Amino acid sequence: METAYFNNEDRSAGAFPSKKDERRYWIILISLIALGILASYGLLVYKNPVPISSPSFLPVVKRRTVALTAMIIAAICQSLSTVAFQTITNNKVITPSLLGFEALYSVIHTSTIFFFGASTFINFTGASSFIIQIILMVLMCLILYGWLLSGKYGNLQLMLLVGVILGTGLKSLSSFMRRLLAPSEFDILQAKLFGSVNNADIRYFPIAIPIVIVAALLLLIYSNKLNVLSLGKDICMDLGVRHKRSTIYVLILVSVLMSISTALVGPLTFYGFLVATLSYQAAPTYDHKYIFPMALAIGFLIITGAYFFMYHIFDAQGVVSVIIEMFGGITFLAVVLRKGTL
Amino acid sequence: MWTKSFIMALISVIILGVLSLSIGVYDIRGQEDGIRMLFITRLPRTIALMLTGAAMSMSGLVMQLITQNRLVEPTTTGTIEWAGLGLMFVYLIFPAPTLVQRMTGAIIFSFIGTMVFFLFLRKIKLRSSLIVPIIGMMLGAVISAISTFIGLVFQMSQNIETWFVGSFASVQVGRYEYLWLIVIITILIFLYADKLTLAGLGEDVTTSLGLNYNRIVLVGTGLISLAVGVVAAVIGNLPFLGLIVPNIVSMYRGDNLRDNLPWVCLVGIGTIMVCDIISRTIIRPFEVPVSMILGTVGSVVFIIILLRQRRLG
Repeated sequence: METAYFNNEDRSAGAFPSKKDERRYWIILISLIALGILASYGLLVYKNPVPISSPSFLPVVKRRTVALTAMIIAAICQSLSTVAFQTITNNKVITPSLLGFEALYSVIHTSTIFFFGASTFINFTGASSFIIQIILMVLMCLILYGWLLSGKYGNLQLMLLVGVILGTGLKSLSSFMRRLLAPSEFDILQAKLFGSVNNADIRYFPIAIPIVIVAALLLLIYSNKLNVLSLGKDICMDLGVRHKRSTIYVLILVSVLMSISTALVGPLTFYGFLVATLSYQAAPTYDHKYIFPMALAIGFLIITGAYFFMYHIFDAQGVVSVIIEMFGGITFLAVVLRKGTL
Repeated sequence: MWTKSFIMALISVIILGVLSLSIGVYDIRGQEDGIRMLFITRLPRTIALMLTGAAMSMSGLVMQLITQNRLVEPTTTGTIEWAGLGLMFVYLIFPAPTLVQRMTGAIIFSFIGTMVFFLFLRKIKLRSSLIVPIIGMMLGAVISAISTFIGLVFQMSQNIETWFVGSFASVQVGRYEYLWLIVIITILIFLYADKLTLAGLGEDVTTSLGLNYNRIVLVGTGLISLAVGVVAAVIGNLPFLGLIVPNIVSMYRGDNLRDNLPWVCLVGIGTIMVCDIISRTIIRPFEVPVSMILGTVGSVVFIIILLRQRRLG
């Protein structure tokens, strides 16, 4: 211990156990970002059916830019919210998608068409409707989870379980309502509910992007508090951080990010988990100021890399998200088994 | 067992059964071939309801005993998803599988899946019993991600999609008879009830009483998998039934397995009959799959049980 303390080279006053780890962190981070940029460049121009000199080269790139933007938004939302969520729940094996956002999203849409009819539903697109959706989803999460967390018996695990069950129930409810719809209404709805990076609605970008940036920045700024929150409720309160209030604040940001991601590209259960788990490996530190950037870089690389390989190398369109989910799921099992405690 | 309240419950279930027989688009009393219709579709459907209701609620009860956790049942352990994966494999191997083949696949995979979950629970230290269903459902999500992947690769996702919605609409003579196996399983569970209750006290107690804990767990899991697999192949997915019924029964009657088993069967039958009657009448002359009603109502009941537990501490 003492030698380590006096040895300047190994001394660690910062976020990392040693200088070596810090160096490793930066190398990994920079190479991940570089690879991510490479993959997104590939997504944009690789195998472009028209030559670069042709006038239709740019429109193709433009169309691909939409998909890429959706991927980046999804990466930011899922990575940041999963890391933050795992910190406040003090559990590195759960993901915020457990809270039932996807089900909530489909219930909002289904009940719009169910109660107000198809014409209202078609008009219920564009900027204002998007904001209304997000507000509705965040509000519901806030009421529900705020309520479950408050009171004498407030309990995070209970909140999670209620979220999971509610998700299942809402899924049944919306598929039940869908059964009652006329086939034409059902078609309209179905097109809407199948989110993916390739049919992300471009009209949502002008609102989604600023909100995501603001929420992401707020989370990044909150890093120091998150470091304290990760120590658990008791220590947190000893150190003078209002645990419940900070938890709910983080939950709001998480639900904003998750709602946007779900509304844009549809549900992703294990993607965020995969990203968060890998980031803890790549960034051996407690400090969220370092974990967040790493998570962003990994999330970015995984999604762009996966799409690039599956689209242009293996020509397997459509299964990308399924593959990410499957790998994420298998990682989940491996992590749970190796950790041995939950 | 034959107390006044049990007889009352029995009578109400019988009334529900008669009601279930008489509901339907086809007027069996007015038409001349009404009796024939009764035997072709109505009676099989009501019998199927009774058998599956009993099967699912008993499996839930046994699972809860073995894991010593009240929130466990086939939907919260991923067993259902494993059964789906099994069906998928059967469709992969045989182009047009018979019902027996599908059932075998579902049974084998439910068994594997339930064992995997139990092993998981034993290997992992848990901080809270509430985590168990969360992990089980995530496990289920992993399995269904794998199923989706296989389905996409071999273009079979529609098979799984339709399977995943449990419904009694297609039940008729010639299509449900395998459900009678449940009667045998029920008898076996009755015979095994005391041992299962002991296993519910934990491995140490069971062993010190001179019983083989692992064998009891294995037999129990086998029985559950048989029941779940048969129901999965014939009817489909019926969420939460195995959770709400045993919990409601033990709320009123405590935790003696042998005493509670008839009650659990009865309440299970009653619950699924009520749900089926709702599913058949709510958009007459059409019907919605019963799993949707169960999923919606069941989740509400589940949450109420959870919140009640929280209040009691």
